[in-house]
Amino acid sequence: MDYALLLVQTLNGVQLGLLLFLVASGLTLVFGILDFVNLAHGALYMLGAFICAWLTLALGNFLIAMVIAVPVTAGAGYLIERTVARPLYARDHLDQVLATFGLILVIDTMVHLVFGPEGIAVPLPAWLNGQLDFGANVILPTYRLLIIGFGILTAFGLFWMVTYTKIGMLIRAGASNRTMVSALGIDIQTLFAFVFALGAALAGLAGMLISPITEASIGMGNNIIITAFVVIIVGGIGSMKGAFIGAMLIGLIDTLGRSFLDTIFALFMSPAAAETSAPAISAMLIYIIMAAVLAVRPQGLFPPKAR
Amino acid sequence: MNRKTITGIVLLGLLAVLPPIFIATGNAFYVDLTTRLVILAIAATSLNLVLGYGGLVSFGHAAFVGIGAYAVGIPAYHGIYGGGELIASFNGFYHIALAVILSALFALITGAICLRTKGVYFIMITMAFAQMVYYLFISLETYGADDGLVIDLRSELPLVNLDKPLQMYYFAFVSLLAALLIVRTIVRSRFGMVLQGAKGNPERMVTLGYNIYLYRLAAYVISGAMAGYAGALLGNFTTFISPDMMDWHRSGELMFMIILGGAATTLGPLMGSAAFIVVEEILSHYTVYWHLPFGLMLIAIVLFARGGVMGIITGKDKS
Repeated sequence: MDYALLLVQTLNGVQLGLLLFLVASGLTLVFGILDFVNLAHGALYMLGAFICAWLTLALGNFLIAMVIAVPVTAGAGYLIERTVARPLYARDHLDQVLATFGLILVIDTMVHLVFGPEGIAVPLPAWLNGQLDFGANVILPTYRLLIIGFGILTAFGLFWMVTYTKIGMLIRAGASNRTMVSALGIDIQTLFAFVFALGAALAGLAGMLISPITEASIGMGNNIIITAFVVIIVGGIGSMKGAFIGAMLIGLIDTLGRSFLDTIFALFMSPAAAETSAPAISAMLIYIIMAAVLAVRPQGLFPPKAR
Repeated sequence: MNRKTITGIVLLGLLAVLPPIFIATGNAFYVDLTTRLVILAIAATSLNLVLGYGGLVSFGHAAFVGIGAYAVGIPAYHGIYGGGELIASFNGFYHIALAVILSALFALITGAICLRTKGVYFIMITMAFAQMVYYLFISLETYGADDGLVIDLRSELPLVNLDKPLQMYYFAFVSLLAALLIVRTIVRSRFGMVLQGAKGNPERMVTLGYNIYLYRLAAYVISGAMAGYAGALLGNFTTFISPDMMDWHRSGELMFMIILGGAATTLGPLMGSAAFIVVEEILSHYTVYWHLPFGLMLIAIVLFARGGVMGIITGKDKS
């Protein structure tokens, strides 16, 4: 067993898990509090990546671009909330799914129109572009460590906000009983708009963080959104804790499955058979996990109590 | 008979006579378009059984279509002609049977899990399972991965030659008629009544002693099998299949067709597919950015439809 590789891949899994958490937490917040299914959440992830990529090229600095792009993505989220989402809160989930599906088409095409069909590669500043050598064959790109650090910080910030601040209290109260919250004199519309914009900012942030590795491209949101769905299904829709544990679980299983499943399979089947079956199984692995969780707990691992 | 039903029957009549006219007037391209329309209408009709009549919002129906298409493509790739002397000369029986059985099986396994959940969980899980199949076929290098697979030889069936566009078309058209008839018969049967009852008020149906889980699962399997059949036709028609056929955008489009034409009506999915194909054709003719007006249209329909989309489905005004 190659332990250096195992360590590197575990960190990659943690990195994917944290990015998934950023996307899934917004999704689960919006669903938990607004009871709104937002398929276009992945489009916001892509939008964040494109805005940041464009600003990086225009300003020549990735970090400044990110600082500007996060509020811009939040603004886009706010705009979507006002125009498309708000009239649909009282409607059926089917309505929300169809409208946000239309929204994906609109956002994808707008990005195509504005930024062109090609993806945008995002250059990193030199001090982020290096590698750190930890000895014993463990060499990690600096930027990936930054993503992990940043992801952990954001996750803690989010937990702190939800658990200890007034706005967090309102968010939790809104998730349990929105009628009661508005009866107590809280402007529920503003709270909803804030939550939606916050979700957009988190998704956009995830897109920005990944864009120097994968570049900003038009299809990027469509892939992550399904995985984020799997995360919140496994974790329990509407639960922050569930989103975090689900994201780490899915991130690790997916990454480790892709790199080590053939080695594991080779233990009990011929190398040729392992080599052909491992990619197919690892592509399906997270869905198999999802099915297994649902078979035991149809409401996910940590269903929120008040639903 | 209301105006909508008449429109649908007129549309069916047009579809029955138009393609030969297209050929005669040298517009063979439109035969391709109508063939695609008819095949998509079969897939939409199958989805309508669970979505429209059963109230089960499946967001993964493109997976069944894809499985059906690959059930034609993979045996064709290997040159497998099925077993048995009797059918050896007509591999179409084998292909279509494989498409129907595999997609029914996939519907049975995933449906058994999906139907344990409801509401938004059901939407997301059907979507996730479809995406699982999508990634599975992307990872299969042998069958072209995301580049797709070209089908060299179409399925062989007695009496019809699928290489001839007009015969391909009428084969699909007759299949559509059969699909419409099957769904209509199911919906009017006792089984269909239970299914619709479970959509309106599941508690009542349970209290009446029905195991609605099994009824829904049966409907889901029938629907999946029918979509798989549509996939087998689509594979034979395009002779090129790729995982893109199972992308969740395709599932979304199928749902959109139903909503456009009117869910829980026999001819609604057909009308929706026709509207979808025509709008797509016209818009994409003018601009490569046709998804923009298309998406805006979709949003507008949902936002401004009276009583919401469910209102269109039940035919009732929600307010």
